[in-house]
Amino acid sequence: MIGPPVIEALQMALVLLAAPGLVGIVRAVKARLQRREGPPLVQPYRQILRLLAKEVVLAENASWLFRTAPYLILALTWAASSVVPTFSTGLAFAPLGDLIVITALLGAARFLLALAGLDIGTSFGGIGASREAMFASLAEPAMLMIVVTLAIAAGSTQLSTIAAFMLSPAAGLRFSFALALVALVIVALAENGRIPIDNPATHLELTMVHEAMVLEYSGRHLAMIELAAALKLLLTISIIACIFFPFGLGLPGFAGFLVGLLSYAMKLGIAAILLGVFEVSIAKMRVFRVPELLGAGLMLGLLGTLLLYVSRGL
Amino acid sequence: MIVALLAGTALLLVLALAGAVARGQGPRLYAAAAIVTALSAVLALASLASAPATLTLPLGLPWLGWHFRLDPLSAFFLFVVDLGAASASLFAIGYGRHEEEPGRVLPFFPLFLAALQLVVLADDAFSFLFSWELMSLASWALVLVHHRDRESIRAGYVYLLMAVLSGFALLLCFGLLAGGAGAYGFAAMRLAHPAPGLAALALLLALLGTGAKAGLVPVHAWLPLAHPAAPSHVSALMSGVMTKVAVYAFLRIAFDLLPVPPGWIGLIVLALGGITAVLGVLYALMQHDLKRLLAYHTVENIGIIFIGIGLAMVFRAAAGEEAAAALALTASLFHVFNHSVFKSLLFFGAGSVDVATGTRDMERQGGLIHRMPRTGFFFLIGCAAISALPPLNGFVSEWLTFQAILLGPGLPEWGPKILIPVDGALLALAAALAAACFVKAFGVTFLGRPRSAAASAAEEADRFSLGAMGVLAALCCLAGIFPAVVINALAPTARTLVGAAMPTQSFFHAFVPWGAIIPVAAARSSYDGFAIFLLLVAVTGLAIGAARRLAAHAVRRAPAWDCGFPDPRPETQYTATSFAEPIRRVFGPAVFGAASAVRMPAPGSLSPARIRSALRDRLWEIFYAPVAGVVERLATSADRLQFLTIRRYLFFVFAALVALLLALALTQ
Amino acid sequence: MGLGFDIAHMLAGLMVLASFLLLYQDRLPALINVLRLHGFILALAVAWQAYIQSAPHLYIAAVIALAVKALVIPGALDRIVDRLGIHREVETVGGIGPTMLAGMALVALSLRVMLPITAHADPVSRQDIALALSVVLIGLLIMVTRRNAVGQVAGFLSLENGIDLAAAGARGMPLVVELSVAFSVLIAFIVIGIFLFRIRERFDTVDLAALESFRGERQ
Repeated sequence: MIGPPVIEALQMALVLLAAPGLVGIVRAVKARLQRREGPPLVQPYRQILRLLAKEVVLAENASWLFRTAPYLILALTWAASSVVPTFSTGLAFAPLGDLIVITALLGAARFLLALAGLDIGTSFGGIGASREAMFASLAEPAMLMIVVTLAIAAGSTQLSTIAAFMLSPAAGLRFSFALALVALVIVALAENGRIPIDNPATHLELTMVHEAMVLEYSGRHLAMIELAAALKLLLTISIIACIFFPFGLGLPGFAGFLVGLLSYAMKLGIAAILLGVFEVSIAKMRVFRVPELLGAGLMLGLLGTLLLYVSRGL
Repeated sequence: MIVALLAGTALLLVLALAGAVARGQGPRLYAAAAIVTALSAVLALASLASAPATLTLPLGLPWLGWHFRLDPLSAFFLFVVDLGAASASLFAIGYGRHEEEPGRVLPFFPLFLAALQLVVLADDAFSFLFSWELMSLASWALVLVHHRDRESIRAGYVYLLMAVLSGFALLLCFGLLAGGAGAYGFAAMRLAHPAPGLAALALLLALLGTGAKAGLVPVHAWLPLAHPAAPSHVSALMSGVMTKVAVYAFLRIAFDLLPVPPGWIGLIVLALGGITAVLGVLYALMQHDLKRLLAYHTVENIGIIFIGIGLAMVFRAAAGEEAAAALALTASLFHVFNHSVFKSLLFFGAGSVDVATGTRDMERQGGLIHRMPRTGFFFLIGCAAISALPPLNGFVSEWLTFQAILLGPGLPEWGPKILIPVDGALLALAAALAAACFVKAFGVTFLGRPRSAAASAAEEADRFSLGAMGVLAALCCLAGIFPAVVINALAPTARTLVGAAMPTQSFFHAFVPWGAIIPVAAARSSYDGFAIFLLLVAVTGLAIGAARRLAAHAVRRAPAWDCGFPDPRPETQYTATSFAEPIRRVFGPAVFGAASAVRMPAPGSLSPARIRSALRDRLWEIFYAPVAGVVERLATSADRLQFLTIRRYLFFVFAALVALLLALALTQ
Repeated sequence: MGLGFDIAHMLAGLMVLASFLLLYQDRLPALINVLRLHGFILALAVAWQAYIQSAPHLYIAAVIALAVKALVIPGALDRIVDRLGIHREVETVGGIGPTMLAGMALVALSLRVMLPITAHADPVSRQDIALALSVVLIGLLIMVTRRNAVGQVAGFLSLENGIDLAAAGARGMPLVVELSVAFSVLIAFIVIGIFLFRIRERFDTVDLAALESFRGERQ
């Protein structure tokens, strides 16, 4: 039998190792769909290693905040991911926090990143920080409405309890969950700065958001930021998988553990392919169309909560 | 205990006298006030869990006496008051030296502190209202310290009007509570059973009276004018403490003096709280005066506190929901404590910045983190705490409020079932906007490059100011990392008000050997500040260690990259206004009636393009402008009275006397 | 309670969602497409009601809904838009955000009103009626917030779909009522269509502001 501390350690190592690979898969899918050769799957790993080996070029007026922020951002994202059940629900750190805590930890990482964007005092840093703040101010309430929907149905905000509820027959086929899923996908796209909200591959100055904030970073600092961004993508996909597709979670015994691992790998792969296909088939939005999309996410969350009252058993 | 506390208050009154007489003794006076209030805070903390104690002094109305009472509710608020007062006094030891007219501050500051303490301790309507008005007047005098400033005069005028409104509403409220027999003691009011309609009316009056002091929308407009106008240590007290005393008054009336009110009043409080929270933070985002931003942000936090109170009232009115009411109330009280700590901290930081750069305008600051590293660090902690980021204290209280909100849908009635989740969305919106607001506040003030000569020559604050900020920053961290301690300390207060308390949070929990707090059940939700803190420290250490071991060590300083177009002029940076522009564009048209116009020069012309934007305070136009017009007209007509002959004055006095006697004769 | 309820609930919820999409759309062709979807979901919902209530006459209602609401009327609207040449954006009164919020408030209101008074009704018809009221109210809201006559027609038709949904959900509604409702809608539609062309001929626009100024309301 594998105890919770072992599972926890395994998960924390696994998510960190798998995150760049996930980014690699998404890029490969996009490249193939655009009939490009594309970089090899291990390219994100190589990039992080290469950045680690490079010297750091710091702007002359960079403060201590700028230098410590990358480590803290990685730490906050990693800590958040230690609470999300990925391949098993028996996590030692599960009581550390619920879905709201996870959201808040990611919010703290974003807070620091926006401050780091403002630290050098360049116009690009400012544009990125200011737009990120606007996106977040709509994405976070949408996330909270999703939490409310789930909490009313499952009677809990703890991810392992929600996953168990979703597996039980009591969950049923509720329309609210479909609304919450769509809203959560919108929030996840915004959180990770994917198309149509932001383009992770662009360096066209006026369309950048995330890249504009990290423009001044280099060397090991940039490596930390890149790793944190990849980890955040993996984390949001894991949250969606854990809530809405919890198949293979929480099975007993070593066999159940293996099933959990396999199904988790499968879910990640499917999500990466879907994300790649989605990004290729849609164009980036104008920045000031994004609030409408996020507002729609918020509305869907709210509607999901309201409709839950007329659904089964409530 | 209560005698010692009142002795402390008396000492503060003596200090107020001394402040009026002694010149140039500012630091000593502040030091004395700091010691007295710190001791009083310790006493209040010690009596948090003790049984109510009362004391009657032969003062005030002859047949009534002056009643004092110390129960868990007043002890908690007394602790908040004294903590804020002690830290403000400590801060003022250094900060007060920069005051241009200390003679206008020194007498009123201790008086203000004494009045704050008296309000919390009062146990009859007369002494309560007397202390309440004393508090208003002392703070009004402090708002008018810079009396040559036009802004200050306007602030003082609006503040006085609203203070009168608040006092008047409370006077009526207590009049209703006292009933025909005129039982003005709180003890008698507790035993009385007013008719339901009367009780509801009294409660609404109390909401108006205390809300006008706390800054609840729509009676908030004076707050962002008055709070920043005062010296920073007084701003901290007004924002961090005086608004909390107003919250105390509402709790005292709604939960202690009155019988359990019907649920719909709770829903009103809840809705007002949600609207206040969102509007407050939106207004805050639009400001570029650092202190005014903080003051508007107080409005937001008052909204959050009232959301908790409203929830507690709704749960209390429902049958069998005492535990949920206790959770909501505990969350609200926790936020009272938190806000008093971090808002004081932030006002101290803003005061230090003001002293260092000579301006509160954020557009003229920037890069202060290099010149004032310690102030910057403490201010950053305050910003993170008020933005509800884990593992700091602001997050815990907002998390608890959310947990209470999530219990709302379990109620049987449909009103709360639907309204409470909507309030949750408002709270989440306010929290997210607060983070944006404080990225702006910290980022524009402390980060980037200096935007003025004064900002590039700023100097670090003195050690007393830093000490005050350091203590509060430490409290922000401690209360966030060990929330169980605070929750357990709040248990007696919650039990006094709603008859139940949250389950005792044990630091060594049964299934995790850390400090998880569990509001309802472990399977429902839990949060472990201490473990998250440890985890963050460990993981950050791991990341830094790994980078040390694996990565290249070379660091080269170079000009900023900025996509190849670095511009050395600091004007190219984002300013406070441009940072908030996207949010203004999203929420502005609906909330502020914002309008902006861009004027582009003709092609080839070298004149600059201009953007002009305007915000309108719609609430001001709807609620205040008509009232102000009426008051203006009344004042003008009353002005004539000033220029009468003595004979006419005598006639007025005589006529008034006869009229009173006639009234007496007719009613008997 | 079970799958039958869940699917009925999902279809009714989808109708509310489609109403919100109508509220959100500011381009006429897209608006008509959403209206088509609205009618299609209505047909499905009515058919499902027919199945779970074992009421064969409702199948006829479903077929009528499919034919009239999902095919004929949207097709006709498409042609009107084509012939009037108004493919541009619809001017809405008030921003998208406040309008959506208002729609949300209407949903909350209809739940608040309908759920307590139908507490003892059959759960399937209970949720159907509550959501149908939301669809009706949002339809009215669409009519209020559109400046363009075609947009108002879309609002009216979605409103009517809501009434149809309620009629299908309430057990024992005779077929003749459904039929007469469908017919009256058809006639109303024809009248509106003729009016649209008349308005255009006379004022060269279907923007209602032009009509208001003609009546002297906007002077």
